[in-house]
Amino acid sequence: MSTLLSADNVTVTFTGGTLGRRQVKHALDGVSLQIGEDPPAIIAIVGESGSGKTTLTRLLLGLMAPTGGRVSYRGKLLSEMDRAERLTYRREVQAIFQDPFAAYNPFYRVDRALLLPLQRFGLARNRDEAYERIREALTVVGLRPAETLGRYPHQLSGGQRQRVMIARALLLNPRIIIADEPASMVDASLRATILDTLYRLKTEKGISLIYVTHDLTTAYQIADHVLVMNSGKVVESGDPDSVILNPQHPYTKSLISAIPSVDPDVSWGLDDDARVTAHG
Amino acid sequence: MTSTLEVRHLQVEFPLERGIARAVNDVSFTLHPGERLGLVGESGSGKTTTILAMLRLLAKPGRIAGGEVLLDGEDLVAATDETMRRARFSRISLVPQGAMNSLNPVLRIGVQFHDLLKAHGAWKSRGEARAHVARLLEAVELEPGVADLFPHQLSGGMKQRVCIAMAIALKPSVIVADEPTSALDVVVQKQVLRTLVRVQKELSASVILVGHDMALMSQFAHTIGVMYAGRLVEYGPVRQVFGNPRHPYTKMLIASLPSFSHRGRFLGIPGVAPSLLDPPPGCPFHVRCPSAIAGCSRDYPGEWLGEDGHRVSCHLVTEVRDVHPA
Repeated sequence: MSTLLSADNVTVTFTGGTLGRRQVKHALDGVSLQIGEDPPAIIAIVGESGSGKTTLTRLLLGLMAPTGGRVSYRGKLLSEMDRAERLTYRREVQAIFQDPFAAYNPFYRVDRALLLPLQRFGLARNRDEAYERIREALTVVGLRPAETLGRYPHQLSGGQRQRVMIARALLLNPRIIIADEPASMVDASLRATILDTLYRLKTEKGISLIYVTHDLTTAYQIADHVLVMNSGKVVESGDPDSVILNPQHPYTKSLISAIPSVDPDVSWGLDDDARVTAHG
Repeated sequence: MTSTLEVRHLQVEFPLERGIARAVNDVSFTLHPGERLGLVGESGSGKTTTILAMLRLLAKPGRIAGGEVLLDGEDLVAATDETMRRARFSRISLVPQGAMNSLNPVLRIGVQFHDLLKAHGAWKSRGEARAHVARLLEAVELEPGVADLFPHQLSGGMKQRVCIAMAIALKPSVIVADEPTSALDVVVQKQVLRTLVRVQKELSASVILVGHDMALMSQFAHTIGVMYAGRLVEYGPVRQVFGNPRHPYTKMLIASLPSFSHRGRFLGIPGVAPSLLDPPPGCPFHVRCPSAIAGCSRDYPGEWLGEDGHRVSCHLVTEVRDVHPA
């Protein structure tokens, strides 16, 4: 596998507290991750809230700099890129966020969210060509252009809005998509369509994916490689069959045991009388 | 006190400029003391509207257009505003969707409990109220010191527990919880639900849990109600509904659950829910239904009654019964 995007031994610390009572918190503590092409891959980053998974995606997207360690794209440190390299990186690494409601400006039709990136990167010669590419991208993500274009965000369902965001990422011919909980805010029945769309981008378009989630089940279904994070560290990693069907780390085991079974006869222990201790 | 809640032919309408949206259409069910009902369905299927109507908390222009909500025989739909106000929290209480946004950000948790006790005439003295709040917080596995904190100092799971503690403060016989765990991650979700189950048992209260996570519902609920486009399309004991689902929509909801059994294959429910302003004729699901037959676009199906109160509104089920009488 040729590596495109790489985080090497990255650390992020937040310093809090008042003078004299300094508190240092490790949001990330020595994490490494590589993702590339040929063949494209899907890496799932799994963990609870506060495990550091979102901090890691922010580093990979260049939205923040690590306190220690290196983040590089095509062998070049993000912090040392020249203008042209940075433009390539910005185009080839795309993001999809959790909340498909917050990602739009509610005053504009969805067309604008799709036209702007094409204009900014100069990827279409004129409006007709831009719209042609937009229609193509919408079709790839399973939306009918006629029913999508010209609408305002509130006129689309959460699942449709999230797929428009995937289409937006797709328009720029990315090599890597980083998706932070892309399906957690849509209905269970629509979750499958979002994941299917992302999965097909890998198999049909050769786009690699970093899928960030707290849902081990969907991580198992979609990923080639799973990283389990806890308190800023990777506690277990490997292919989904070994990590999820045969977990070694107690934290991975506890995450798996927290998943309810759809069979009412496989008890999840809700009616057990033992008290659970609250933390957090 | 234990009591029975009976919802009969509940209708909720939203008169809008473009017409009337029927958000809840002829919904009926009975909730027995200690029973846990799970109401499932997609966004916009009417589950939240149903429970808000029961509590008479519908946002304008929503209105109850028909039906009854009987709590121990007394119709809450016909009750005066003052009777309804007293009934909330003391007889039927709500754990709202998104606990993050339902607590007052500028008041300490303890003060918010005190307001609740005062509004319901349960206030005796400051000392007694403090002790009461400490007991309630303990019941949801929180430290008594939480009373002195502001909401932003608590995690999502802790805020959700605070909302549960408020909902049980006056020992209601019915607790209604609207997606109380959908914003929480798996581990915390399980802890919060266990807390809910334990306090429910201690009070012998019944619970209605609204959500769209079928796996969670199969673990939590004794009874499942599946809603689609404002209709209760399937209803019955959890083992019947999951073991032998009859409505194609229920079957697809269960099949759409991710599992550890297959990789690279994702089953969803194609299409989108119909507009409530202009619903398709006949069964509202027929447009997305893989097994629709001619009659499905003509009339709304009658109700098929199976074992143990299992009810289904689907032409496929009623037709089969006509051909092969059981």
